[in-house]
Amino acid sequence: MTTAIQPLLDTPFVIAGREFASRLMVGTGKYSSNDIMVQAIEASAAEVVTVSVRRVDLDRSKEGAILHHLDPARFFLLANTAACYTSDDAVRYARLARAAGFNEWVKLEVIGDQESLLPDVVGLLEATRVLSAEGFKVLAYTNDDLITALRLEDAGAVAVMPLASPIGSGLGLLNPFAIRTIKHRLSVPVIVDAGVGTASDACVTMEQGVDGILMNTGIAAASDPVRMATAMRLAVEAGRLAHLAGRMPRREVAVPSSPTTGMLR
Amino acid sequence: MAHPEVASEAVAITLNGTPREIPVGSTVASLLDSLQLNPRLVVVERNREILRDRDAFARIELATHDTIEIVHFVGGG
Repeated sequence: MTTAIQPLLDTPFVIAGREFASRLMVGTGKYSSNDIMVQAIEASAAEVVTVSVRRVDLDRSKEGAILHHLDPARFFLLANTAACYTSDDAVRYARLARAAGFNEWVKLEVIGDQESLLPDVVGLLEATRVLSAEGFKVLAYTNDDLITALRLEDAGAVAVMPLASPIGSGLGLLNPFAIRTIKHRLSVPVIVDAGVGTASDACVTMEQGVDGILMNTGIAAASDPVRMATAMRLAVEAGRLAHLAGRMPRREVAVPSSPTTGMLR
Repeated sequence: MAHPEVASEAVAITLNGTPREIPVGSTVASLLDSLQLNPRLVVVERNREILRDRDAFARIELATHDTIEIVHFVGGG
């Protein structure tokens, strides 16, 4: 937290009227142990952490429960609807998550295909409408398609979450142009979700001007998740600062940075 | 030999997808208690209806053929 960008250097990160301390949001899945997960989340300095709703394993209930390891008073728990393939399923999971009593926010996923895990945008739009009408704050996981992003905003999403590349792929930001276009055209925050594989991916993504990044596997599947979480924290801040600083124009020719006059003859 | 009453002493429900027999008179609260689950840390759905009022758990008696889902938060992205 100590290295967080000074408030004077950046505008507050606000979603649906709530200000968040970090532009980096992290997932809690796929860690080798809960201990490593907690350490990695601490190192990431994330405030928003995502969780999933699942049946209690009645034989081993204590091990799966994330709330034994994460203090809901310290972290903002953002429930997802991962692995939901229909609008109805996603709505059901979102309602269950809200009934847990922490907040009315949901990271809405409606998946359209098992192999690519790409979103079903028709189902996503439908679920966004239903949940927004019920008072949910919907953060919609979507592809990098501008039109879908615009429709999601119209449907009531409080943030739109286009992918950098497919979930768990670690392929990084495949279409910076599409992400920039979405950011340019939307009024609600744009948070890139999925596909960030290493710190440079996070940095480049933030340099596009997006409001934040959500990642899970990029940290959890690193050989040293705690170190990678630190790298991701720094990369998100570096990318954000670079965006705010405004990069130099690209040129196709070299321009000397040292004086060309005063040379010895 | 089991008495005929013994069969009626149990209520057959489906709990998290698995058939289970619970004692007659079981409530949501007593079911959670028998499973050693903290009501504050789980969400209970009965026949597709979420039971939002945890204070009512002790008054909600389970009936034969009830389908109960008990969910909680696990790690996820």
